[in-house]
Amino acid sequence: MAEAGSAATTEAEEFEYFFVGNVTFDDKPLRGVQISVDGNGYDAETKTDADGKWRLGVPEKGEYKLTLDEETLPKGVVVKEGQNTITAEFGLTKLKAVNFFLGEGQRTTTDIGAQVLIRVINGLNFGLLLALAAIGLSLIFGTTGLSNFAHAEMITFGGLMVLTFGVDLALPIWLAIIIAIVLSAALGWTLDATIWKPLRRRGVGLIPLMIVSIGLSLALRYTYQFFYGGATRQLPGATIPSDIHLGPVTLSWIDVASMATSIVVLLAFAFFLLRTRIGKATRAVSDNPSLAAASGIDVDRVIRIVWIAGGALAGLSGILWAYFRPGVSWDMGFQILLLVFAAVTLGGLGTAFGALVGSIIVGLFIELSTLWLPSDMKYVGALIVLILVLLFRPQGILGRRERIG
Amino acid sequence: MIDWIAIFSNAAQELISPTTAAYALAALGLAIHFGYTGLLNFGQAGFMALGAYGFAISTLSFGFPVWASVLVGVGASVIFALILGIPTLRLRADYLAIVTIAAAEILRLIFTTNTFDSLTGSASGLQGYKGGFADLNPIPPGTYGFGPFTYNAYDWWIRIVGWTLVVVFALLTWLIIRSPWGRVIKGIREDEDAVRALGKNVYSYKMQSLILGGVYGTLAGMIFVLPRAVVPANYQTSLTFFIYAILLLGGAATILGPIVGSMIFWVLLSFFSGFMARAVEAGWFPFMTQVQAGQLRFILVGIAIMLIVVFRPQGIFGNKKELAFVK
Repeated sequence: MAEAGSAATTEAEEFEYFFVGNVTFDDKPLRGVQISVDGNGYDAETKTDADGKWRLGVPEKGEYKLTLDEETLPKGVVVKEGQNTITAEFGLTKLKAVNFFLGEGQRTTTDIGAQVLIRVINGLNFGLLLALAAIGLSLIFGTTGLSNFAHAEMITFGGLMVLTFGVDLALPIWLAIIIAIVLSAALGWTLDATIWKPLRRRGVGLIPLMIVSIGLSLALRYTYQFFYGGATRQLPGATIPSDIHLGPVTLSWIDVASMATSIVVLLAFAFFLLRTRIGKATRAVSDNPSLAAASGIDVDRVIRIVWIAGGALAGLSGILWAYFRPGVSWDMGFQILLLVFAAVTLGGLGTAFGALVGSIIVGLFIELSTLWLPSDMKYVGALIVLILVLLFRPQGILGRRERIG
Repeated sequence: MIDWIAIFSNAAQELISPTTAAYALAALGLAIHFGYTGLLNFGQAGFMALGAYGFAISTLSFGFPVWASVLVGVGASVIFALILGIPTLRLRADYLAIVTIAAAEILRLIFTTNTFDSLTGSASGLQGYKGGFADLNPIPPGTYGFGPFTYNAYDWWIRIVGWTLVVVFALLTWLIIRSPWGRVIKGIREDEDAVRALGKNVYSYKMQSLILGGVYGTLAGMIFVLPRAVVPANYQTSLTFFIYAILLLGGAATILGPIVGSMIFWVLLSFFSGFMARAVEAGWFPFMTQVQAGQLRFILVGIAIMLIVVFRPQGIFGNKKELAFVK
C-alpha cells in the first residue's frame, strides 16, 4: 500500500476526503466485498482487499450514503438488518471510518440490548479462560515472587499439544485434551525443577528472575515457531456453526462447553484452595512465605504444587483460547499475556480470587468496549484501565495495602 | 560451498550500521533507567515508536522542518514518560515494568489501527519522510569507503549522524552520572529509603531519569527509521527485550557497555544468521528449512539473556560491586 505513506501529500491522490472501513466477520477479514458511495452528485465503488480493508475517496466534505453489497458477502453472512446502507458525514478530520456490522444469516435482532447481552456472554467466556491462566500466574507470583513472562508459553503449550495429539496423531479430541493438560502440568513441574528451583537455591534476586523468564519466553516462543511454523491451524470442531439460540444470543456447543469447563475447574480449584490442607498451605505461603515456613509448612512442596497446578491451568486456558480465537498459533499465548498480567494486577498481585475477579472484568471490558471502539483497538481499553487502576488503587481490587511496598 | 567472505563482510558492516547505533542509543537510555536508577522500563519500544512516528507524522502530515519534527518526537516522549511515571514511580519496581510494557503495546496498537490510517498509515506504516534530512547532507553525491564499508552519500550521512549522536550522548551520560545528580540516582538504585532520609525527593529524581532515558530512546527511534520505513510491527515488545539483551551483555551500569554490547550483538547475530542461511543452503543441516534457520537466532537471544543474567549479571564491562539489580 504505497499510497499510505503519501496520504498527506495530496498530489498523488485524487481526493482529500476518505471513507475507510474494515469488513470482518468473526475477526476474520472478508475479501472482495463491494462497497459503494453515493451523494453530492458523486458515486463510486470499491472492493475490500485481502485484509478486509476498503477506502473510498470523495471530492468534498458532506453527507454520503455508503452501501455494502450483500451479494458479495460469503454464504451465511449478512449485514445486520437495515444497516447495509449507512449515511455518514465527515467530522473534523478528512477521514471517516464506516463500519458495517455483519452477522449470521439467521440473526434478525440488532437492538442495543441484544448487542450488549451478546458481548457480555462473550466477555464472560473470555474472562473465564483468562482467569484459568491468571490464577496460576498470581499464585506463582505469590509463592515465589516471580513475574513469570513465560506463562504465555505455558498457555500456548496447551493449544499446541492438542494440535499434536488431536490433529497430527488423530487421537479422539477428549483424549488429546487430557494428554495436553497432563503434559502442561508436567511442563510446569519441569520448568520449576530445572530452572526456577536451582535459581532460588542460588539466591538470584526477583528482578533477574523476571528477566530470565523473559529470555525463557523468547526462547520457547521461537522454539514453538521452529517446530510448528508460523501458520494458524484449527482444532477439530473449532468452526462448528452456532446453533444454540437463547433469545438474541446464538452460541455454539464449543462456547457452552468452554464456559462450563472453566466454571467447573475454577470451582474445583477454589475448593482446593479453601478446603484442603495443601490448598490452605498454598494460600499461607502466598501470603507470607517465611511465616509459613516457620509454622512448619513445606514451602518447596507448595511451590512445586503451585507450578504443576499453574501449568495445568495455563494449558487448559490455552486450549479454550484456541477455541475462542479460533486457531492455534505459536504466539497465541503471548497475544494475551498482557491481558493476563492486567487481570492479575487489577485483582491484586498474589491473590487467587483477585485474579478471577480481575480476569472477568478484563474479559467483559474488552468485549463491551467493541460497542464503541473499533475491534482492532479492543485491547487498548483494557490496558488503559490497568494504568488507571494503578493510579487510584495500586494494590488491586482484592489486594492488601502492604503488598505494594 | 559457503561464501565465508560474504558472511564476514556482512557481519562487519553491522559494526557501524545505523541500526546498531540506534540500538546502542536506546540501550544507553535503558542504562540510565535500569542500570543507574534501577527503574524497570519495559517500554523502550514505545519511546522509540514515539520518536519514529513523531518525526514521520510531523514531516508528512504537517510539513514541519527536520528540527521541529525532532522536537515533536522528543516532546511526545516527555509527555509519555510523565504519564507512565506519575502512577507508578511511587510503587514497587515491577509495577513500572507492567505499566511500561502495557503502555508501549497501547502505542503500537494505536499506530496499527485503521482508525487513524490518514495519520499513521495503519499496519503498512509510513515512508517518504526522509527528504528534509537528506537535504541537510553536506556530502556530495557519490560512493565512498573501502572493502565492506562502501556506501553512497546518504548512507554515510545517516551513519555519521547516528554515531555522532551516540558519542555525544555517551559523553553526556558519563558527565551526568559523575555529577551530584548521578550520585543521587545511583543512591536511589542502592537504597531508596536512605536517599529519602537524606532529604532528596526520590520521586522527582526517578521521574527525571525516566524522562532522560526516554528521550534517548526517542532519538534512537529516529535513527532507527532513517535507513528504513516506519512500520508498527517493528515496535513489538521483542524490540525492548532485544535492547535489554544488549544492555545486559555490555553491562547495565556502564557507559561503554550498551555501545559495545550493541556492536557485539549485531555482528554476532548477522554472522550467525548469515552462516545458518548458507549452511542450510549448502545442505549441512538437512532437517532444517531456511525459515527455521532464521528463527534459530531468536531462540539463541532468549537463551543468551537467561545465561547472562544468571552467570554474568554485570555484563562484559560491569563491576560486580555495582550490580544494578534492585530488590
